[in-house]
This record gives sequence, C-alpha cells and structure tokens, in this order.
Amino acid sequence: MAETAAPAKEHAEKPASPKLLEGGQLVDHRDGRDVVLKLRGVRTQFGDNIIHDNLDFDVFRGEIVGLVGGSGTGKSVLLRTIIGLNGHTKGTIEMLGVDISTLHGQAERAMQARTGVQFQDGALFSSLSVTDNIIVPVREHVGLEEQTMRDIAALKVAMVGLPPDAGDKKPSELSGGMRKRASLARALALDPDLLFLDEPTAGLDPIGAAHYDELVKDLNKSLGVTILMVTHDLDSLYAVCDRIAVLLDKRVVVGTIDELLGFDHPWVQEYFRGPRGRAAAKQQE
Amino acid sequence: MADAQPTIRYTQRAGKPVIEVAGTWTVFSLRGIRRMAEKALAAAGAGKADRIVDAKKVERLDTAGALEILMLAGGPDAQIETAEKAHADLFKVVQDNMCEAPPERHPNWLAHWLEEIGRNTVHLYEQGVNLAAFFGEILVTFVEACLHPKRFRLNAVVRQMYEVWIRALVIVGVLTFLIGVVIAYQGVQQLKQFGAETFTVEAVGIGMFRELGVLLTAIIVAGRSGSAFTAQIGTMQVNQEVDAMRTIGLNPIEWLVMPRITALVISMPLLAFWGDMTGLLGGAVACTVYLDFTFVQFFERLRDTVGPWHFYVGMIKAPVFGAVIAIVGCFEGLQVRGSAESVGQLTTKSVVESIFCVIVLDAIFSIIFLLAGV
Repeated sequence: MAETAAPAKEHAEKPASPKLLEGGQLVDHRDGRDVVLKLRGVRTQFGDNIIHDNLDFDVFRGEIVGLVGGSGTGKSVLLRTIIGLNGHTKGTIEMLGVDISTLHGQAERAMQARTGVQFQDGALFSSLSVTDNIIVPVREHVGLEEQTMRDIAALKVAMVGLPPDAGDKKPSELSGGMRKRASLARALALDPDLLFLDEPTAGLDPIGAAHYDELVKDLNKSLGVTILMVTHDLDSLYAVCDRIAVLLDKRVVVGTIDELLGFDHPWVQEYFRGPRGRAAAKQQE
Repeated sequence: MADAQPTIRYTQRAGKPVIEVAGTWTVFSLRGIRRMAEKALAAAGAGKADRIVDAKKVERLDTAGALEILMLAGGPDAQIETAEKAHADLFKVVQDNMCEAPPERHPNWLAHWLEEIGRNTVHLYEQGVNLAAFFGEILVTFVEACLHPKRFRLNAVVRQMYEVWIRALVIVGVLTFLIGVVIAYQGVQQLKQFGAETFTVEAVGIGMFRELGVLLTAIIVAGRSGSAFTAQIGTMQVNQEVDAMRTIGLNPIEWLVMPRITALVISMPLLAFWGDMTGLLGGAVACTVYLDFTFVQFFERLRDTVGPWHFYVGMIKAPVFGAVIAIVGCFEGLQVRGSAESVGQLTTKSVVESIFCVIVLDAIFSIIFLLAGV
C-alpha cells in the first residue's frame, strides 16, 4: 500500500514529524537506569550523501534494543559509527558516559575492552582456532597466563553453547551458525558492558535462530550485559528485544513493539502489520 | 580498571576450611592470580578439596573472575556464599558451563615431524593423482574441441591473449633488455682477460636464444598470469560461480581452463620471441658502449656465428612452458575450497609450482637437445 504513497506522504509529514522524547523515545522507559549509549544530534555522511541527521538515540543499562530499518537506511552505518569504525560529522556519541570522539590511545583501548562486537558472518580470524580467537582480546588487553586464558576461552565456548571440541577447530571447519556463536564468544571474552550484534540470526534456520535468541536473552540476564542488535528477524524482535529502534527519515524512533504499532508511519505500519509481522506476533501469543 | 586488588585468605570456620576472597575479580585483575593463590595456600598449609568460598566481600566480578574463584575452590561443585544476587547469578552461569580446558597439545617433536612427513606425502600423492585427472580432462576437452572447433571459445581466447601477451610486453621487454645488458657487460669483462671479447656476441646470442629469453619470460608469465589464473578461478570457486556453471551445463574446463591454456600456448612463443629481441638489443647496446662495436657489426657477427637452431630450441620450449604454467594455474584455482584465505595460499602455491615445473622441464629439454645434438 505504501509503495507509491510513501514519498509524497513522507514529504508532507516532515514538518509535523512526531514529537519524540529524549533519545528518540515515544514513551520514556529510562526508569532511572544509566544511559550506556547516548547519541545526540549525530550526522553521518558519505560525500554529500547524508545518511543520518540530527539523530538522537539512548540505550539504557541492561536492556536489549533491536535496530531495524529498510534497506539503505543505514543500519550498518549507524552500528559502525557507534563502534567507531565510521566517523560522524556532527553531534556526540557517548558510550558508558564518555564521548568516544575524545578517546585516544590508552583510553580508547580501555573502551574497546568494555565493548564487544559480533559481526554478521563472524569475522573470526581465519588462521586461528576458535580458542585462540577468543584469547586474542584477552591477550591484547590483559595478558594472563596461557592456561588461565585457555580456561577462560573454554568457559566462553561452553557459555555460547558450542561443544567443547569446537575450541580446537578453525573457523572454516565450523558451520555458519557455529561461527556466529564463536564470534559471540570472542565478543564476550572480556565480559563487556555493551555488546553489539550485527544480524545475529541472519542465515540460521528457524530452530537455530530460536536457540540463538534464547542464548542472547540468557546472556543478557545472567551477565547483565546491554545489547544492541541490528536485526531483520521479526521473531527475534518479539522474542528478545525490550525496545526497538526504527531508522526513519535519517533519525531513529524508539519504542516497544506495542508503542510502534500505534505509531503512524507507513513503513512502521507495513513492517509490523505486514504478513510476516503478523505471523511473528501470532507466534508470540 | 585498577580498583581493589583481588585477595585470597585461607581460614577455618567451625572446623571447616574456608577461602575468603575479596576485592575486584575481573579479567583485568587476574594477572598472576594463580601464583598468588599457591602462595596463600602454602602459607595456610592447607589442602585444596571441599572448600567453602566466602565471596561476600567481592566488589566486582565477571565470568573470568568467577571461574578463577571456582578453580581455587576445586571445581564447579564448590559451595559459594555471595552477598549480591548478581554475583550469585554469575557463579551459577560459570558453574553450569565450566569444563576442563584441554591442555595445549605439545606433541613430541619426532611424532610431530613424522606426522608432517606423512601428511605431506599423502598430500603429494593426492595432488599428483588430481593433477593427472585434470590433465586427462583437459585432453578430452581438447579432443572434443578439435572435433567441434567452435568449442575453442575464440572470444575468451582473444581476451586472455590481450591480458597475458599484449599487457606483458612492456615488462618482459624491459627485463630481458636489462639482462641482455648485464650479460654483455659481464661477458666483456671476463673475455677481455684473454682477448676474446668479441665472443660476447655469442654469449649474448646463444644465452638469450636458448635459455634466458624463454626462461625469463616464463618466470614473468608465471608470476603475473599463472597467479592471475589461480586468483580468478579461485575467486569464482569461492563465489560458487564454478558450481553455477556446472548446474547450467557449462563445462568449466571448456569455458575457463581451455581458453587460458590456448591463450598462453600461443602467447608464450610470441612473448619469448619479443624477449629474445629486446635481450639482443640490450646486448647490442652494451657492446656499442664497452666494445666500440657498431650495431651492424654486432648483428653481422650474430648472423655469422649463432646458428638458427639456437633460436629454434628456445621457441620449441616456449609453448610447452606456457601450457604448464596455464595448467598449474588453472588447476590450483579449481582446488580452492571455502574461504578467501585459500585463494591466497593457492595463488602462492601456483606460482612456486609453475616456476618449479618450468625449470625442471628446462633441464629435461637440455638433456633431450644434448642427445639430439642441437
């Protein structure tokens, strides 16, 4: 329905863009929690092409936030900007209370030790075994005795639900789902405060994806780690995410699924009320 | 990160051994913890088993810290007392997932050595069988192509020839020219000592025609075209393009391998001839500088003393080298499996192998020509 109407409507809507609360929220959910990730007025651009503009976004301690948006709205760009792989031209990004653009040298490394990233296809170092992959950040940031690090790696391997013998394998010997888990284990190596997942369930079968969702939820609960995940899996959104950030018109709108269902924007409506959205919602009931 | 250091104390409480841990137990504070624990244990003079852990004074904890504490206490069954629920949850997670980390394998060097030799022997054998099978496949395709000449895929051959021949002219020309200069210079220096410096012309002519022109060209071609074949076909393997071709009914040997082999078999003699000529030119330039020869004198002497067979020998070898480089390059490209990493590995391997084959073949050719008396 929105296919043809969208551009015109978008244009008409711009001036009367919805009143958002602090951090792009529809309804305030802060509830006195720390803001572990705080974006204010962020602009990213490639050449003259502005991807995000005046973007406000808050993530609170201990929650799981899903980041969604149509193709080309810059989900991955936003994630890469937050973790510091892309620069931003305007605005501030505060992670764990520190403006990341002011970080250099030792302070930057310390921040990197407190965040973990799981890339879409794992991005494991292909010449190292899974155990050695997990040890890399530990060795780099702390440098413990070899056996201690191996014990830590074995623990992480078990925590992400890989069989114990997976530790000795090379990434190329693992299936796609196992690579994702191994990558998650590496991201967890230093018990980060903040974990970023890029399309964690993409390419997994529904059963594997459901197990992965469970895992993410368990880790969030038991380790208290805050998670921001880019995903297109509606089932994951329903199953694990406390709040959902939708990239619309170069900004994000954040809310729970119920709040977003009541949000009048053609893309959001089609996303959650389309056949797949309805199926995912039904499954949750 | 540097808050309170982790501390360990062994005590007795109601007749039972208790470990009191306190301070920060995170991955950042664990350096040297095991040695510290051993010292504390020795000081207390106590055993390790069946301990109760008092972790009520722990300020900060993560999974690595919890793991260390549980290990101090002798395993996942230890009894842990905590003050905070978050800590209790963490201990629970670690207890559920703790397992013996397999110690790093340090196989005995002899066993390791034997294993390597065995593995490499088997690999070499498999490689030989595969290469033979591949060669057979090429022959079959070649025969079919001869029966149906359309199957030579002339477009692809021409495109490949542009890549491997035309675009290699500059580099081959420059390098053989320089080698020609170097040989002439060395020839003059050495032969002058017994007044035979005019023989420099023969040294350059025979050396270039028989060996250097074709060998240098082959090495350059192996480095730039053999590696390119492996990388191109290997990348197609990684992207499953080769599999897609098979499902559509295109024979990858016919579409990918044959045009490359044909192109290189035709291009190598052309390039080698070009290399011979630029090499001679280099020699001639050097002779005009060091010997006061004119160009005409140089080439007249060359015509009079260096017979045509020296030239034919080089030209006979060239297409064979071209075929070997192309076959090895395409073969290694098709060996690529899975990751992009193997493209890199096999490209290196392809260059090394093709240069190796070229030099071995060159030696065999020398023997044949020696027996044939040319």
